[in-house]
Amino acid sequence: MDVVERTWTWLATGAHWTGGDGVWHRLDQHLYLTAVSLLISCAIALPVAVVLGHLGRGGALAVNLSNVGRAVPTFAVLVLLLLSPLGQYGSWPTVIALVLFAIPPVLTNAYVGMREVDRDMVEAARGMGMTGPQVVARVELPLAFPLIMTGVRSAAVQIVATATLAALAGGGGLGRVITAGFRLTDTAQVVAGALLVAVFALLVEGVFVLLARLLDPVRRRSGRAAAKVVPTPVSDV
Amino acid sequence: MAEQSCLVSNDWICGEYLSTRGQELVDATLQHIGITLASVAIGLLVAFPLALLARARRSVRGPVLGLTTVFYAIPSLAMFSLLVPVLGLSVSVVVTGLVLYSLTILVRNILAGLAAVPEEAREAARGMGYGPVRLLFGVELPLALPALMAGLRIATVSTVSLTTIGSIIGYGGLGNLVLGGLRSYFKAEVLTASVLCVLLAIVADVALLLLQRLLTPWTRTPRRRAPRVGAAQSPAGEAVA
Repeated sequence: MDVVERTWTWLATGAHWTGGDGVWHRLDQHLYLTAVSLLISCAIALPVAVVLGHLGRGGALAVNLSNVGRAVPTFAVLVLLLLSPLGQYGSWPTVIALVLFAIPPVLTNAYVGMREVDRDMVEAARGMGMTGPQVVARVELPLAFPLIMTGVRSAAVQIVATATLAALAGGGGLGRVITAGFRLTDTAQVVAGALLVAVFALLVEGVFVLLARLLDPVRRRSGRAAAKVVPTPVSDV
Repeated sequence: MAEQSCLVSNDWICGEYLSTRGQELVDATLQHIGITLASVAIGLLVAFPLALLARARRSVRGPVLGLTTVFYAIPSLAMFSLLVPVLGLSVSVVVTGLVLYSLTILVRNILAGLAAVPEEAREAARGMGYGPVRLLFGVELPLALPALMAGLRIATVSTVSLTTIGSIIGYGGLGNLVLGGLRSYFKAEVLTASVLCVLLAIVADVALLLLQRLLTPWTRTPRRRAPRVGAAQSPAGEAVA
């Protein structure tokens, strides 16, 4: 196919990778936006989810938050923030939008993870004389780890996708390669940009799947691969 | 001092915008509803046989679940852009992309629903002489309906929200107005379209919830103590037929 060939030529042209509009610079922006937003949303959502999950309160909040997050279009929020007075602060409106949409998956999954810890285990830990914080740190968090990581992974994928949209609103990131391609009516560039974005998103997903396996405290202690199945996000079922 | 028009002062909320551009809003909303309906309907039509196939054959199950998960991870802007050279700058790009996204949720939920059908119900139906087709549509499908409808609600709400991204090629329903409003710095247009979009998602969700209640009357728990005799019989097959 002609498009495939032209896309390959576009990707193989060194000039498209360097400079202010080059792929490397756009990738750099995308990574930066993703990392900053993911860190902020985890810093906000994880403590809240862990405390609520430990206390067994606020379940309705955790569930409703992810429902609301799904119903509100990310693109609209991005544009609304850009037109608001916040819009003049560089990439902050984008970061705020990304954080807003990353909080629900992190919070919901971490909350469910904490709640799904076997109550008998928690009782046993208390019976052994553990204090509340000790129960959280030594029993609940290690057992909830897979679901917490699932939430973080969904959030990361969501952030990568939403950060791509920032390009529609004039922000940075890999999405700019696509939007510039549309403006130039250069199909090869559009496809090349889309491929780059898709590969980047899949890489991020893959890295988090790997991280979840490598860092799982329960699995590390038992030394053997316990479950092969990657937990699916709670919000999907 | 003459009162300044809210269109001139570029207010967030502007009644004059509603009255002068009403038709534009109606057109965008209709396009939005059309794209959503088409995507979810096609998604359901594709997901159902896929789920049946994945249930019947283990060799199909892995690739189907794997592939739909991969689709889900691809950002919408990239998904639509990748479909452009295949389908051209047409509405089918947006619908195809949204169908692919909805498959992830629908296939999983249909599979989960079918897996949750109690084996006794199947046995009983077989004992009554039900063939495989009648078993599927008369017993399994009605019992899997709550999970299926839950998936359908999630898929529909996400589709309403994702349709806005179609504005990149001019088929984004209310998203077109959001993008247009961004380019012309028109606050009322952006806010109105955004609010309409959220309303659309809520209306669709509530409508599907009501539909689910209509289709599965046996799942409703009576508020007050129901007469024992009446509550005891809840034949799944009968209720849907």
